[in-house]
Amino acid sequence: MNKLNPIEDNIIEKDQSQQTPAKLELNNHQINRLKSGQILNNKKISFKFNEEKLQGYEGDTLSSALLANNKILVGRSFKYHRPRGIFSAGTEEPNALLEIGKNEYQEPNVKATTIKLFEGLESRSQNHLGSLNFDLLAINDFLHPFLGAGFYYKTFMWPKSFWEKFYEPAIRRAAGLGSLSGMPDPSTYDKGFLHCDVLIVGGGPAGLSAALEAGRANLKVIIADDDFLFGGRLNSENFIIDDQISSEWSKKSVEELLNMSNVRIMPRTSIYGSFDHGIFGGLEIKYDNYKDQIGKPRQILWKIYTKFAIICTGSTERSIAFGNNDRPGIMLSGAIRSYVNRWSVSPGKNVVIFTNNDDGWRTAQDLKNKNINIKAIIDSRENINLKDKEIPIFKNTSIIDTSGRKQISSVTLSSGEVIKCDCLGVSGGWNPNVHLTCHQRGKPIWEKSINAFIPGKTPSNMLVAGTAAGLLQLGENLKSGHTKAQQVILSLGLKCSSYTPPKAENENATNSSFWHVGASRKRSWVDLQNDVTTKDIKISYEEGFRSVEHLKRYSTLGMATDQGKTSNILGLAVLAEYSGKSISDTGTTIFRPPYNPVPIGAFAGRSRGKEFKPVRLTPSHKEAENLSATFVEAGLWLRAQWYPLKGETHWRESVDREVIQTRKFVGICDVTTLGKIDIQGQDAAEFLDCVYTNGFSKLDVGKVRYGLMLREDGMVMDDGTTARFDLNHFVMTTTTANAVSVFRHLEFCRQCLYPNLDVHLISATEQWAQFAVAGPNSRKLLEKILDKEYDISNLNFPYMGCKKITVCNNIPARLFRISFSGELAYEIAVPSRYGNSMFKVLMDAGSEFNVVAYGTEALGVMRIEKGHAAGNELNGQTTAQNLGLEKMMSKKKDFVGNVLSRRSELNKESIVKLVGFKPVNKEIELKAGAHFISLGKEACTKNDEGWMSSVAFSPSLNHSIGLGFIKNGNNRIGEIVNAVDPLRKSNVEVEIVSPHFLDPEGDRLRE
Amino acid sequence: MVINHPLLGPRDSSEFVYLGDASLMNRPNWLDKDAGQKFYTYQYLRDNPHLEHKELWFHEQGDRSWLIVTRNTSTHEILKVELAKKFFDKGG
Repeated sequence: MNKLNPIEDNIIEKDQSQQTPAKLELNNHQINRLKSGQILNNKKISFKFNEEKLQGYEGDTLSSALLANNKILVGRSFKYHRPRGIFSAGTEEPNALLEIGKNEYQEPNVKATTIKLFEGLESRSQNHLGSLNFDLLAINDFLHPFLGAGFYYKTFMWPKSFWEKFYEPAIRRAAGLGSLSGMPDPSTYDKGFLHCDVLIVGGGPAGLSAALEAGRANLKVIIADDDFLFGGRLNSENFIIDDQISSEWSKKSVEELLNMSNVRIMPRTSIYGSFDHGIFGGLEIKYDNYKDQIGKPRQILWKIYTKFAIICTGSTERSIAFGNNDRPGIMLSGAIRSYVNRWSVSPGKNVVIFTNNDDGWRTAQDLKNKNINIKAIIDSRENINLKDKEIPIFKNTSIIDTSGRKQISSVTLSSGEVIKCDCLGVSGGWNPNVHLTCHQRGKPIWEKSINAFIPGKTPSNMLVAGTAAGLLQLGENLKSGHTKAQQVILSLGLKCSSYTPPKAENENATNSSFWHVGASRKRSWVDLQNDVTTKDIKISYEEGFRSVEHLKRYSTLGMATDQGKTSNILGLAVLAEYSGKSISDTGTTIFRPPYNPVPIGAFAGRSRGKEFKPVRLTPSHKEAENLSATFVEAGLWLRAQWYPLKGETHWRESVDREVIQTRKFVGICDVTTLGKIDIQGQDAAEFLDCVYTNGFSKLDVGKVRYGLMLREDGMVMDDGTTARFDLNHFVMTTTTANAVSVFRHLEFCRQCLYPNLDVHLISATEQWAQFAVAGPNSRKLLEKILDKEYDISNLNFPYMGCKKITVCNNIPARLFRISFSGELAYEIAVPSRYGNSMFKVLMDAGSEFNVVAYGTEALGVMRIEKGHAAGNELNGQTTAQNLGLEKMMSKKKDFVGNVLSRRSELNKESIVKLVGFKPVNKEIELKAGAHFISLGKEACTKNDEGWMSSVAFSPSLNHSIGLGFIKNGNNRIGEIVNAVDPLRKSNVEVEIVSPHFLDPEGDRLRE
Repeated sequence: MVINHPLLGPRDSSEFVYLGDASLMNRPNWLDKDAGQKFYTYQYLRDNPHLEHKELWFHEQGDRSWLIVTRNTSTHEILKVELAKKFFDKGG
């Protein structure tokens, strides 16, 4: 709460001396600043607008400071490049969208009305070619007959080819908002979670009143407001609450709340969405000065869990549509009151008010009290109870046109009279901000007495108070906040405080339904941000876009950064008039989050760049780095891909060497990333029988078996080995990619399909570091590090054995005699904390046996040489039959996928089978993804017989080899077909061979 | 969304993984005469009811229990949350 801190005098003096040349400021600056008022007039802040150095005060928004400096023209409109000025004083602003910051700090489309002024702020106007004052694209304004609703569907149709290349880029250049820097955003964003009994959205009269009562009753309260100053409209009015001026009352209320430890006050926090079960999204702006916040989060995206919420989001004033109602200097009447009362800035010297309700009169009164000349009040109503003897009043009159290109200079009345002015305040009535009450598809209800929509049915834990509920008068507004807080307190079973609600008079608030001036011949704007006029709405209606949702999409009414906060209701009132329906029947478009724009950076939070997702390192990562490994991402894991030696310039050199050396001597590979699931219980074996196609009940203790797992639809889900360490204890391995999904599936089977089995599962992937030790020298190597009592001779520890052992003097380990490479091989697992040193020990111990470290590439080459299926083959579209593993499907028991895998279509003779492929011309490199076509046939989909799934250069065979699926493949060994890859324009003759390129009998495994 | 876990209390939906219709718990018997047809129905045919719907959620970032969540598909109101295992014990 910046505004609440007392300002230290010495700092102010220092700042002043440093910042601005005093002379300049006296002559040129802040000519619209009033002599007295709420704003703290003693701390000056310098900033820039379009490179011009200007001054404002602490407590200013960028818009109040611009107005103080008489910057009336601040931008150009979206489509027609019409001159536009500041229109509102809050988040509803459609016009004053500026670019702030430079280079990497550049931020487009910032609402000047919501930026808190800070020292050194640089701002620029947007959407003009040339200067703001002389915009070359203002030519669009003269072309307006061609640029109406849906113009690009009609005008730029011919020739067809021009749309993408010429029209669209040209339109995008001409119509638009600010631009991004194209550089990474240097600011930090964060996310947070909050919990409370009650969230009060909005710090205006109802919100403060509710927060005081809830706070006094000791509820855990969060009160949030998107403004940096709490009080809402109380800072913009001269109302009296409990015998104090409203802004003072709000300041004192906030001080009381600040002293309550159970209340969290969140200024500059926009509650942008209401979600299921009492969850709200909030965006908190921590720092405005983009240069100041390196290292600290600039914005925080909050997820707020609430038991109850009281929506006190207030209301937004709407405009009236009349001819040329978009000129700079034309503002919402309530906004003028805000600038005058809160910021001591008068947007004009000769002001006209155009209103259809009592509120416009209040602006005239407040301005008159500040000695600002009110030229006239134009009221569309005939019967008015208000009087003012000093101001010319025009009853039953409206404005039909205005003049003044860069600032309004006069208004023309329906009576023909012309009144000169430099500022026009328009009040078309107030719309309750019902948005948050509608985010769960709630529908607002038309309330005739205030000519506006009020919240309909809300979720049971959401209450609405104040003007958001349609209670437009201050007395009842304050009371409703108090009452709603009491309802929450009682619902939570607590006691209300003894305080009575704050007291205030109910102000005059008579209003009427008057939407647009039909007599105007000039274009009358409804949506200033998207340049939508009453005529566009008429055109849309006439062309058949009659539902509000269609109207929105066709005319762009209510889109973009303001989401039609000032224009939606006006637009649908105009539509209702054209259609002859009531506004209630016309309805609103669906309200969706966010209420205010939320930067993508805030949604990303800290999850950007390298922190986008977590990185999992293998236990031997450090040692692999020492060996200069090249790493590859495998899901979240970072795995060693190969280990280049000095002088090796191509990855193939390293990989070929690793393969050859492993097959000839011994190689070490970190295989920790494979999923490991520990399965225990009296029914563990029976459980495995249920989830694997093959049986595990009869597996001997101390043995490992390869298992195949299907989905219920009969497709292969995963494969891996499962070791039986004890009668009731198994350790399953899964593929790296499926570790998570297999575990989830097993838990589903355990809890939902077979809940009567006594079995328990736990993931042990992270707990055990595991290394493949492969190659003819692997046994000799392991014998060196195993503790003496363990005998792993072929006789005592044959192929597919497993046992618990100790290594390196009593370190517990698990040894499996399994092989993915096709060589005599083992996998050894140790607790993860020993992983890195285990890798080093294996490498050191292996040096006398010519050991080599190998990565995932060599692993892949060796498994293709051996014909093992992996991710490319287990792609979710292949069956056990496709893989040639049908013999693993037990007929004696049920298993997941059993019944549906037996569907006839999956078991036809013609299904594709996994086989090996080698090029007829051995020089040629095969390509994965190629499709097989019989010789002499045309390469087309009809003749497609299968596809190549994996290829590698085999250093053992010295030519390219591949695995793939081809129809009836197992019966076609020796046949030559074409492997066609139309995308990469290749067509290679290949011979169908056994998928086992090396040692097909598996003798090496059993040596 | 917040799911009121029967053992752990209210938890954010981001901790859960959604599977779908709770009828997936009623896996047919493979020895039934028309097992093929039954499994086909079990695997591929699901009701998509308006209002009350029993569905399976997995507390993956939590205690790894599978839950039967009864949810109003229109309002997202969660009417009941049970452990799948217990649900089974009661015979569905």
